[in-house]
Amino acid sequence: MADSKQYSTFFLNGLFLGVEVLKVQEVIRYQEMTRVPLAPNMIQGLINLRGQIVTAIDLRRRLELPPRPEGQLPMNVVVRSDDGAVSLLVDEIGDVVEIQDEAYERPPETLKGLGRELITGVYKLKERLLLILDTERTVSLPGTYGKSSLKAE
Amino acid sequence: MDEIVKEFLVESYENLDRLDRDLVALEKDPHADEMLASIFRTIHTLKGASGFLGFGKLEAVAHVGENLLSRLRDGLFTIDPEITSALLAMVDAVRGMLGEIERTDQPGTADHSALIDSLTRLNEARCKPAAAPAPAPLAREPAATAAVSPSPASASASQSEASAAPEAAENRTSAVSDSTIRVDVGLLDKLMNLVGELVLARNQVLQFTSQRADSAFLATAQRLNLITTELQGSVMKTRMQPIGNVWTKLPRVVRDLATSCGKQVRIEMEGQETELDKTIIEAIKDPLTHIVRNSVDHGIETAEVRAARNKPAEGCLTMRAFHEGGQVNIEICDDGGGIDFERVKRKALQRGLVSPEQASRMGDNEALQMIFLPGFSTAEKITNVSGRGVGLDVVKTNIEKIGGTVDLQSQPGDGTTIKIKIPLTLAIIPALIVGSGGDRFAIPQVSLLELVRLEAHQARQQIEIICGAPVYRLRGQLLPLVYLNRELKLGEQAEADSAAVNIVILQADGHPFGLVVDEINDTEEIVVKPLGKQLKGVASFAGATIMGDGKVALILDVLGLAQGSGVVIKVRDRAIQDKAATGRKRVESRQALLLFDAGQGSRMAIPLSMVARLEEFPNSAIEHSGAQEVVRYRGQILPLIRVANHIPAVTKAIVANEPMQVVVYAEDGRSVGLVVGRINDIVQEAITIERRAHSAGIFGSVVIQDKVTDLLDVQALIRVADPSFYPAAKASPAAA
Repeated sequence: MADSKQYSTFFLNGLFLGVEVLKVQEVIRYQEMTRVPLAPNMIQGLINLRGQIVTAIDLRRRLELPPRPEGQLPMNVVVRSDDGAVSLLVDEIGDVVEIQDEAYERPPETLKGLGRELITGVYKLKERLLLILDTERTVSLPGTYGKSSLKAE
Repeated sequence: MDEIVKEFLVESYENLDRLDRDLVALEKDPHADEMLASIFRTIHTLKGASGFLGFGKLEAVAHVGENLLSRLRDGLFTIDPEITSALLAMVDAVRGMLGEIERTDQPGTADHSALIDSLTRLNEARCKPAAAPAPAPLAREPAATAAVSPSPASASASQSEASAAPEAAENRTSAVSDSTIRVDVGLLDKLMNLVGELVLARNQVLQFTSQRADSAFLATAQRLNLITTELQGSVMKTRMQPIGNVWTKLPRVVRDLATSCGKQVRIEMEGQETELDKTIIEAIKDPLTHIVRNSVDHGIETAEVRAARNKPAEGCLTMRAFHEGGQVNIEICDDGGGIDFERVKRKALQRGLVSPEQASRMGDNEALQMIFLPGFSTAEKITNVSGRGVGLDVVKTNIEKIGGTVDLQSQPGDGTTIKIKIPLTLAIIPALIVGSGGDRFAIPQVSLLELVRLEAHQARQQIEIICGAPVYRLRGQLLPLVYLNRELKLGEQAEADSAAVNIVILQADGHPFGLVVDEINDTEEIVVKPLGKQLKGVASFAGATIMGDGKVALILDVLGLAQGSGVVIKVRDRAIQDKAATGRKRVESRQALLLFDAGQGSRMAIPLSMVARLEEFPNSAIEHSGAQEVVRYRGQILPLIRVANHIPAVTKAIVANEPMQVVVYAEDGRSVGLVVGRINDIVQEAITIERRAHSAGIFGSVVIQDKVTDLLDVQALIRVADPSFYPAAKASPAAA
């Protein structure tokens, strides 16, 4: 089983997404948040994670998906980034899955815009496709990370 | 006892303890060269330090020990038990003398000549065979016996000393070496973080006390509160160092520099004992040295020049440090030539830092700020001291990095004063907690001036609106008001007329302004936590903190807020911060005015609070919409009004001014650009209108900087020049 990787998975507006399990610090329930006025749209607020202040990013807004239905509380996937912990708000938590590398494929060339920027690969699972998110890019404001790599393609 | 002697003692005791261990280890393994080298170095250091401090006896003992060790190190002979004993006896003797120094400041009267003799003899005896190998067979025996025979005597001598010394030393060392220990700074930092967390937990517990009536719990909470406060103070203190520590090397810097420049400079210091957090001390070390070098090199004149100016030949540099309002102020004053504004401008031009137009428009204070620009130097030639133009900009950046400010005042001919204000510590700060739009915010106490509460009926009377900008009369002076909920777009709370108005009066960059909030809570000690990189772009916040109830609250960045709301103008792409107000005497309740020339020699002023931005446009940017001159500006069309054309008294002699100077005035989301001849300055003035209006578009005349200045009535001007700006005001069918 040398050529396999573990991913922590979650659901977002019907999409099945995953991030490398080693990048995930913890997964916690919805926390009360302090909103940040004038902040970029994708930032939902700040949460107090045992004395540490963590920025929560609404992944739906980051991926420009329709807003979460009223009354549905998001879950926090706290990921480690270069700049400390950041929480990604998702709809629902999935399992941690171990996947063989041969199921991996680069995202299709036709993938445009945000998908191209944030999704590093696709795993062809039996029942559905698992999209892998680049956490470092996801937690950066749009357009502030790896600009060159985007424009080059 | 001198600080330096104390340090010497602490260090020497530590070294001696190690020597004991090392010598024994060396005896077991005579070929451990590195250990031998380390022992040698230790003794060498000890010798040097005691010689330097004037402890001749100590030095003499260490000297013979060093001699012996140097031979050992050179491999002339190897260590044996006899040498080890002699060296250990020396260590004990040294320890005894240190104890004596600690008690009486003198190495004592004990006679160490026997020990010195024995060490010298050992050294010579062991050396001979190596130094003169030829007559070895003959010379060796007597030498050996010679070496052996005195040794019992010396051994007994040293033993008697040794037996006395350790006891004495053990009893006495306690005073100095046990009263201080060296601690890793990292550990102190960790301690500081933990105390920060404890402060938060304490705040949380205190919140619970208000909900409970349990008196035992209350008492415990009170106690916890006291202890935490004290602990916090003590831990902060562990990191505090007197500023004198960084100042100690300055006299030398000044002396060397003065000599190499051929000047006479004396340095005076006040407030060396002023304490600062260690991290801040580290951060200001280089900037301070730089400022001092700068003052000596550029500020103070040579003796001849000084004599010609009727000043004493010796220049004086004064360093002053003191606490004020939770901050530390450091002033560096020289009585030198001051800064020549014209020369600064000329240099800036030469180096291409400003355009000729900019230079001619520049006020004195603006010119002063130029010396903080990267690449700036007024030195005529580059010396090894300064003139490379790397410096004051770095000074400024470094000090601003730790939340400090740098101010510069200069009187041509009389000298220059640089004032630095820095926070005491960065980790825990007192802050006022306010509420607005349902959220809580923390305002650092340092920027707070006062709090004003207006009951509903007062508020209606006392808050007036000037061109859409609310102002409050604070003791007769107009104070611009900023509504926090509007500024942060928190959504308007239903502003009932019956509600009282809370005004937090703040100061940003020397400009006071009133921040209107929904509620004012308590002041609290808060632990500053940085915001993630995603939020770095939001200028209104300096960080976040965790409140007593465990929720997160944002810390307002008062300067960012003031800039965002236009109270303080962010001068664009010139990199010169507007510090005009700080250049003169700071009077809180004055109004900031923008001074400009409308045309040839006609000084005019408008309240700074009415100015949205200052811009320059090239003449080529002007386009026409009908008869109206317009420019494209931030995705909008900005109509232009040439002030000179509408004020009758002004000569219309400003056509080919390149670039065009525009004061952008905004109201209700619409903007208009006022084309003026020249932006002069920003001043703080208490306005008293001297003369009523003599022409349309002018409120009246005031005296500013000893010159008559017309106060422009912006709204009247716009009504005349661009009637369509106020759609409600006119109902002309032609425009509709």
